Amino acid sequence: MVILTMDKTFILDGKTIPFEEGETIMEAASAAGVYIPHLCHHPEFKPHGSCKLCTVSIGGRLGASCTNKAAAGMVVESETEALNADRRALTQMLFVEGNHICPSCEKSGNCQLQAVAYHLDMLTPHFTHFYPARDIDASHPDVLLERNRCILCELCVRASRDVDGKNVFGIGGRGIKSRLIVNSASGRLADTNLSVTDRAVEVCPTGAILRKRHGFTVPIGRRLYDHHDIAEVPVAGMKEPRSS
Amino acid sequence: MTEHNVCDLPGIVARWNNDPANMVQILRDVQESCGTIPSDTLDQLAKLLGVPRVRIEATASFYHFFHAESHGAYEILFSDNIIDHMAGKEELKRYLCERLWLEPRKLSEDGLVYVDDTADIGLADQAPSMLVNGYAVPALDHSRLDLIAELIRNRKPLADWPPMLFEIPDNIRQAGPLTGEAFTPGAALLATIARGTDATLAELEAANLRGRGGAGFKTATKWASCRKAEGEAQEHAGPSQVLPGPLGGEPSVARFSGGAHYVVCNADEGEPGTFKDRVLLNSHADLVFEGMTVCARVIGAKQGLVYLRGEYRNLLEKLKSVLARRREKGLLGKSILGEQGFDFDIEIHLGAGAYICGEESALIESLEGKPGKPRNRPPFPDRCGYRNQPTVVNNVETFACAARIAERGSAVFTALGTPQSTGSKLISVSGDCQRPGIYEVPFGVTVRQILIECGAEDAHAVQVSGPSGTCISFREFDRIIAFEDLPTAGAFMVFSRERDMFEVARNFTHFFAHESCGFCTPCRVGTSLLRNTMDKLAAGKGSAYDMNEMKNIMHILLDMAHCGLGHTAANPVVQTMEKFPDAYEKRLMKLDFEPAFDLDGALSTARLITGRDDEWAHLAND
Ligand SMILES: Cc1cc2nc3c(=O)[nH]c(=O)nc-3n(C[C@H](O)[C@H](O)[C@H](O)COP(=O)(O)O)c2cc1C
Ligand code: SF4
Ligand code: SF4
Ligand code: FES
Repeated sequence: MVILTMDKTFILDGKTIPFEEGETIMEAASAAGVYIPHLCHHPEFKPHGSCKLCTVSIGGRLGASCTNKAAAGMVVESETEALNADRRALTQMLFVEGNHICPSCEKSGNCQLQAVAYHLDMLTPHFTHFYPARDIDASHPDVLLERNRCILCELCVRASRDVDGKNVFGIGGRGIKSRLIVNSASGRLADTNLSVTDRAVEVCPTGAILRKRHGFTVPIGRRLYDHHDIAEVPVAGMKEPRSS
Repeated sequence: MTEHNVCDLPGIVARWNNDPANMVQILRDVQESCGTIPSDTLDQLAKLLGVPRVRIEATASFYHFFHAESHGAYEILFSDNIIDHMAGKEELKRYLCERLWLEPRKLSEDGLVYVDDTADIGLADQAPSMLVNGYAVPALDHSRLDLIAELIRNRKPLADWPPMLFEIPDNIRQAGPLTGEAFTPGAALLATIARGTDATLAELEAANLRGRGGAGFKTATKWASCRKAEGEAQEHAGPSQVLPGPLGGEPSVARFSGGAHYVVCNADEGEPGTFKDRVLLNSHADLVFEGMTVCARVIGAKQGLVYLRGEYRNLLEKLKSVLARRREKGLLGKSILGEQGFDFDIEIHLGAGAYICGEESALIESLEGKPGKPRNRPPFPDRCGYRNQPTVVNNVETFACAARIAERGSAVFTALGTPQSTGSKLISVSGDCQRPGIYEVPFGVTVRQILIECGAEDAHAVQVSGPSGTCISFREFDRIIAFEDLPTAGAFMVFSRERDMFEVARNFTHFFAHESCGFCTPCRVGTSLLRNTMDKLAAGKGSAYDMNEMKNIMHILLDMAHCGLGHTAANPVVQTMEKFPDAYEKRLMKLDFEPAFDLDGALSTARLITGRDDEWAHLAND
């Protein structure tokens, strides 16, 4: 166990949080068992900072907790009404930007987008749906790519590049036309070297990348977020809480 | 220029040192020589450069000027700023399309021409304007379009078009220290060498030079911090290695020998209505390059890069010849002005149609061959920039000012302006006035003074510093151009009483939605929501609810967006709503909610598929 000196702490919503040199606010908070809503963050991968759900107030200035480093004595606020309202709006934006029809999605109950929406008391999509025309790629024997559900978090991009060493995924286009692309001339997943055991397949927070024939191994109603709020479920790979 | 050649891919790649970091430049050359970037080219590039295809495709699909499908022998892109619209752009575009028998955004049937829009191309003083195969043609009217249609029908190569079509006057209406006074190349460098690095920094500090790109960061602070930052190359071990300069003064070798510091000139000038960097580069490039070289001397850089927006392609050869001349005179290259160890050179990179690449960290990403998406900051470029080395990024005009300060000292500089905003500022005036063009004014000048100078008696509103800046109404014309009141990157778009400020704001929401890089959720989605809502209002389907929604989106953008583009994207809407409420109110159908989803419209695809258009295939839409 690391001996913590008092100057290696900061305040998060009134609670003293210890941190190690170089840690982000998000990392220190999760190590202390404190949940900050997030979607593009995953403890095993390089911070990305794109979904903006994890935005907190750092001494009055707003910034993503997954990319901002913890510093001694900083005062961070996360669970404020205003920030959660912003987070709810961001989640709603993600819903209307794609085509998310939860009742017909295999990932329902295990989906972090859906779980975050529950956590934030999101009752309606609020904004007008974009109903984009996005492709489904069923070419790969073991993996289904359902672009309608992609939230562009780039976790698969990072996992494939940094862990699998393959660069199967990327983001093409710009702005609202950004889209998930794969590493083949045909544009088909079957023509990449993706394997069903790749980390990239497993890491997708939504139902955009699915293992075929595994959809209902665990029945709906008995899934991860069916009985637990996302704040109570540690993300796979997260460090054990440092305290307790 | 017109007959697209077979692409010499290995040649292009070799020209860019086989370096994948130069991917945007490589793709530009492919696009320019082949007219497209076909899918199999991406595979060949992946092989040649040893990078995954998916990364090349990410870059190739990000930039507006790159495309896989053919745009024919002539690609025509009309500048789409509101100023172009006010000058008749839509009608002229229709006129040209009719003359050429084609529809916008569709390759003509003979595969010859393609017509589309593009964001402001930096010619608002000569609107409407367009790009033909990347080359700017200003001041469009019917007779010029007649001529162009004729040239295209006769398949005349662009190189044989009458040069007068491409002539772009500077339109300097009021000159000042940057634009109106002679400069002897080398003068600022000689003074810098004589004065020494520390004293040069002190001079910049005393001049209180602040960045001209909009944010107004203190230049001396940036340079000093970059100079201190450790690059890959280590600082000289001790004074024993340092040689005395040819002119005496302090020891003159740059502080860092390995040269892993970079000087980057931001010539992206993408803010609609801004065109002052175009004029500086066209007629005062020596001043700009000299400022970069002074910076190199101060921070110890060996290499400089100019990121020139793709829309200024026509300036490239001229700028290259200025660089060549400077090399001949010993103002660039090895041992500049005979000073051993003072080695520095400048390379020009072209952008490819992406406003976001003006944001300094997105610009660096683009220089490194990637899509222009802003980095997470800190660290800032002064510590971790191009190739992760300490990098100074400054605007074109900032470097020009730095050269003047190095040459003449701070006192001459601070004689103009206000204490907080010293020196002069180039203002790019366009819109409803008699004399659009460049006005080099002292900071502290009122908006009204500029309006009088440019002949805008009828002005009702001015958009200061472009869509991301401030919209001011006739009630505020006594406000001053200065960091302490109205900071500006230079745009000054004038709107008369006749103009519809709602349409101005709507044009800007289209701009931001088109230019959002898409990296972060709030801006990627929020800018499209804003655009859609403004279109809904324009269609007469809006309500007070929508206006409120746009204010909410503004708050989300301000709180959550990753960079300045998102932060400011709702400004035009919210400011015009406040200052010109009539323009909105007259468009509101009902005072509460009106659904944006058009059921009947949604059925149109089904109607197309079934080939039906009878009464029963429509829904009542009231
Ligand atoms: C969306 C966006 C676009 C920008 N475009 C430009 C530009 O075209 N030219 C420029 O000099 N600065 C631009 N900037 C500001 C740069 O990020 C940076 O602050 C500037 O180049 C620094 O130079 P300066 O200190 O000399 O102004 C832009 C910033 C943002 C957020
Ligand atoms: S496919 Fe999944 S992991 Fe990949 S970017 Fe989309 S949502 Fe993220
Ligand atoms: S604010 Fe807009 S332009 Fe800036 S990073 Fe986010 S999506 Fe890109
Ligand atoms: S989790 Fe921090 S921005 Fe997505």
